[in-house]
Amino acid sequence: MSTTLIPEPDDAQISVVPRRSVWRHLRRDPQAVATAIILIVLFLAGLLSPLISPHDPNAASLDAINLPTGTPGYLLGGDESGRDILSRLLYSFQTATVSALIGASVALAIGVIAGLVGGYFGTAVRSSTEWLFNLIMTFPGLITLIVLLPLTHGDYRWTMLVLGVLMSPGTYRIVRNLVLGVKKELYIDAAKVSGLGDVRILARHVLFAVRGPIIVNTAFLMGSAIAAQSGLAFLGVGAKDVPSFGLMIYSGFNNIYASPLQFVWPCISLGIFTGCLVLFGNSLRDAFSGPRIKRQKPAQGLRLVTSAIPTSVVTATVERDDEPMLAIEDLGISFPGTTGAREVVKGVSLTVDQGEVVGLVGESGSGKTQTAFAVLGVLAPEARVTRGSVRLEGRELVGLSESALRSLRGRVVSYIPQEPMSNLDPSFTVGSQLTERVRHTLRVSRRAARQTVLDLLARVEIPDPPRVFRSYPHQISGGMAQRVLIAGAVACRPRLLIADEPTTALDVTVQAEILDLLRDLQKEFGMAILLVTHNFGVVADICDRIAVMRGGEIVETGVTREVFRAPRHAYTRGLLDAILDEGAPAGGDASTVGAGR
Amino acid sequence: MLAYVLRRLLIGVVLAVLVTFITYLLLSGSFRDMVSTLLGPDVTAADITRRTHALGYDRPVVVQYVDWLGHAVRGDLGTSLFTSSAVAPTVLSHIVVTMSIVFPALLIAVILSVTLGVWAASRSGAPDRIAQSISLVGHVIPALLTAIVLVVVFAVELKIFPATGFVQFIDSPVGWLRSVTLPVVVLVIAGMASITAQVRGSMIEELSKDYVRTLRTAGLPARSIVLKHALRNAGSPALTVISLEFISLFSHSVIIENVFALPGFGSFAFSSAQNIDVPVIMGVTLVSVVLVTVINLIADVANGYLNPKARLH
Repeated sequence: MSTTLIPEPDDAQISVVPRRSVWRHLRRDPQAVATAIILIVLFLAGLLSPLISPHDPNAASLDAINLPTGTPGYLLGGDESGRDILSRLLYSFQTATVSALIGASVALAIGVIAGLVGGYFGTAVRSSTEWLFNLIMTFPGLITLIVLLPLTHGDYRWTMLVLGVLMSPGTYRIVRNLVLGVKKELYIDAAKVSGLGDVRILARHVLFAVRGPIIVNTAFLMGSAIAAQSGLAFLGVGAKDVPSFGLMIYSGFNNIYASPLQFVWPCISLGIFTGCLVLFGNSLRDAFSGPRIKRQKPAQGLRLVTSAIPTSVVTATVERDDEPMLAIEDLGISFPGTTGAREVVKGVSLTVDQGEVVGLVGESGSGKTQTAFAVLGVLAPEARVTRGSVRLEGRELVGLSESALRSLRGRVVSYIPQEPMSNLDPSFTVGSQLTERVRHTLRVSRRAARQTVLDLLARVEIPDPPRVFRSYPHQISGGMAQRVLIAGAVACRPRLLIADEPTTALDVTVQAEILDLLRDLQKEFGMAILLVTHNFGVVADICDRIAVMRGGEIVETGVTREVFRAPRHAYTRGLLDAILDEGAPAGGDASTVGAGR
Repeated sequence: MLAYVLRRLLIGVVLAVLVTFITYLLLSGSFRDMVSTLLGPDVTAADITRRTHALGYDRPVVVQYVDWLGHAVRGDLGTSLFTSSAVAPTVLSHIVVTMSIVFPALLIAVILSVTLGVWAASRSGAPDRIAQSISLVGHVIPALLTAIVLVVVFAVELKIFPATGFVQFIDSPVGWLRSVTLPVVVLVIAGMASITAQVRGSMIEELSKDYVRTLRTAGLPARSIVLKHALRNAGSPALTVISLEFISLFSHSVIIENVFALPGFGSFAFSSAQNIDVPVIMGVTLVSVVLVTVINLIADVANGYLNPKARLH
């Protein structure tokens, strides 16, 4: 039974953590300690079985036939041929251990070497290894082991060797994916530059970096090998004089009416052996992937962690005519970290009036994107609003449910992301994605929605709207994709548009066109824009007012022209100096100003 | 899309031919053993040589294989050397029994795993713990044990299901259902482990992607985002696991059908391999490989349908 021929989905994502912390993690994990102790005992029992077995496992004695459990000399009783069950069980541990070692080593030897080679060298080498492993995967599992019986002559060791080959594609895939990731690391380039040969780099650096998942995989391979060997022996494949769990389960099972306990011992043994291997493998996986933050419930609206909502917020929910488009007051957002909650937005206050364009400027990590996400109600699930209020045309958003927020999104407030490609669903055509949006918010027929979308695509200056309508995201350019996202965002005439670095991921020539388009659309629809950016050039181009953010706080706000002329805060001055220096290596204060994400 | 399907089909055929050829090559060392088994004890080496020659097993392996393949593509798999019955119908009658537990089990496992995986990924909390526990149980307990426990509890002790035997669907649909229920349950538990883990994992990954957030900012309902967008993108890796899981369930079934004494493929393959009945062994191999190839092809085509980028390769 090849139970786990498939790598677990997490395997490729296991990050590399220092060896010492893996050890510490394992020692503190009761599951790891318990399963490791059991496994060591079982391996030892297998290795020492010739010394500690009370009887020869194949010696049949007429007196011992179906002896009950607990008979002196026959602790677990005798089987249907009068052989000592305890001795056979101990020898079965040996068979299982040898099976695990052969199966896992063969799979590892083939899978790791081919994975290193296939992942490290170019596409030509990789496509040949892919072919080889596709071929191996076409072999029909255990049926292969059975039909090759004439070749293996029923010797379980040869069978396990073939099984190792059949299991190798799983290991190959894990290693290949890891190596593809590691190959991009700078230290590999450094090793190449310093003149190390490929073999040496593979053996020393790459193999070392990917060892964690390989160790984890070994535990699962061993479990699979033992399960497969037992299954085959149960079927009758293999020599009759080699005691194994499968053989013992078979005879005990057939003898169930005469002696119902006989099949229990090998079943429990097999279950404990493979179970401990899998559980130990899981513990190893946890240890290698490091401390894990508990997964949070997704899409729960904007929740406040403290139940105490400031009174000012409660009274402010009354709608007034003079309410600004967006009013953020004393907003705090925190993320759980390994050392407790970390506040990334610390009391931000900001207003955007109807039809006003406000730039939110700051380096990456300053909390500007999280502030923008809070307005949309799409903070990451683990993020918490710790204090403050966010009002959209006077309506308090903090504390609103996901469905209440949903009714505002797309209609009142809309969003343009930074990276256009990753923000379109790769599996649907541009047309079907926009049509779904339009149909959902405007509640119109498919045909009407299609026409609306084509008009929108033309409005955002896309040259051939019907062609782009039919295209998948990977078939259009980044600039084109950003125009598509803008079309989607303005489809339902929102009154506030949140644009998060809308030009950062684009070519310089395209950036200007997109800004022109945004400006035109803003004038045409009279919508307010909150533009999140690290680029003062963009701010100067389009914004009425700016707010400068640093370390989760707003350090300066003002009319764009005035801030540019006379920045009051040293940080703003640093940022402004940085634009003048752009292109030249930044020094002094400006070095704190990153180029954004 | 048609070009894509044809290309995958061609790759499948090439792989199937290679697998059967490698198997033939590996078996070629045992041809004399087979003839010796066939002739029984008390024969001289000369007798074996003569008979091997008469049967054509002393020709070059490639010639023999091409000869076999030439007949196989016309549906002629020869006759068993030991029972003289035609190989094709015998192999098919056994594979039908095995597939009548493998296919329902795969279908049920896929439906349950996808439901559970999507539920776990989009809700976390209790559903997530349930999904992870089911996945763990399937990995920790070998299918052979699940099978034995179910037989002992439901057939031997409670006598709800028959312990052994297979009833043809045509003879008695209810009897058939009763005879396949326990084996199917065993395979479903085994199959759900990997598929649930994969669906859960790739759904969590998809739901954390940028486009999901952007869809949320468009005001689309969660149901559409999860079931239409994220699930479709999570489908590709899940399909790979499902096609691999077919081989795994096929492997499990040849053993657990023995627990339930179903006249399936495993014991049939085993007895032909014991006798080194080469025509039957090749028939067993061919049918298995064709099944694996067809399942992979279906997975590839489904992947091409779900994932527009896959059609390029």
